[in-house]
Amino acid sequence: MSRVRVLIRPKAGILDPQGQAVERALPALGFEGVGNVHVGRLVELDVEDAARVPEMCEKLLSNPLIEDYEIQ
Amino acid sequence: MKFGVVRFPGSCDEVDALVAARRVGEAELLWHGDADLKGVDAVIVPGGFSYGDYLRVGAIARFAPVMGEIERFAARGGPVFGICNGFQVLCEAHLLPGALTRNSHLHFRCKDQALRIENNATVWTSGYEVGARAVIPVKNGEGCFVADERTLDMLEAQGRVVARYIEGSPNGSMRDIAGITNERGNVVGLMPHPEHAIDELTGPSADGITFFTSVLKALVAA
Repeated sequence: MSRVRVLIRPKAGILDPQGQAVERALPALGFEGVGNVHVGRLVELDVEDAARVPEMCEKLLSNPLIEDYEIQ
Repeated sequence: MKFGVVRFPGSCDEVDALVAARRVGEAELLWHGDADLKGVDAVIVPGGFSYGDYLRVGAIARFAPVMGEIERFAARGGPVFGICNGFQVLCEAHLLPGALTRNSHLHFRCKDQALRIENNATVWTSGYEVGARAVIPVKNGEGCFVADERTLDMLEAQGRVVARYIEGSPNGSMRDIAGITNERGNVVGLMPHPEHAIDELTGPSADGITFFTSVLKALVAA
């Protein structure tokens, strides 16, 4: 089994209201100088065949219309 | 005619959908785990939070055994109507283009919403006049319709926007889209809930019942 981490992010150009809300909240706590905040998802999985992970990403773990994924 | 209303774990509007469907015909529940549409003439994928909205709204429901049957039914021209979470499921299943994402203001929004009916050439909207104003409740946290510009332009050019939010958008949907149809006009997805607007006693209007009477008329005419 190998451990795989998949990072899933909103695609560039797709509205990311969660990222915007976090970006607005940080200065309110005194954290200035923060920009381009995006909120995504991390999926960790143990797999027997890591070659199948891209297909898992395309079919279930991400929605390619609105999200990009990165396999680590 | 007979409607089938799907029940997933986490559905919550299937009973209202049954009540609405029974105003115009027979209706029964279809269990998500059964690959069997029980010979129904039209399928409603109702609102709710199928599979707890885990991963993404509609993402897991899309692979339920009943969905394979619904995809085949739709491909044969069978009428399929996805309401709210049902719309999200139909997008995830690629029966409709685009996706539904978190409301732009991040709040869950529950209100009576004015819509403009843009297309009465679908089996689910044939009873409306184009341009009709309908007041139908919306209640969603992830109702913001998104698609790339090319898809949006294609939907507009082909007249596939079924309904648009007017008098203010509840969720930031691109081009104020509240509902769309597939090319053939037999599959429709709508974010607001017409099954909650079938009687002035319990809803803001009875404007929603026309979705259900439309499909009856279309099937009788066919």
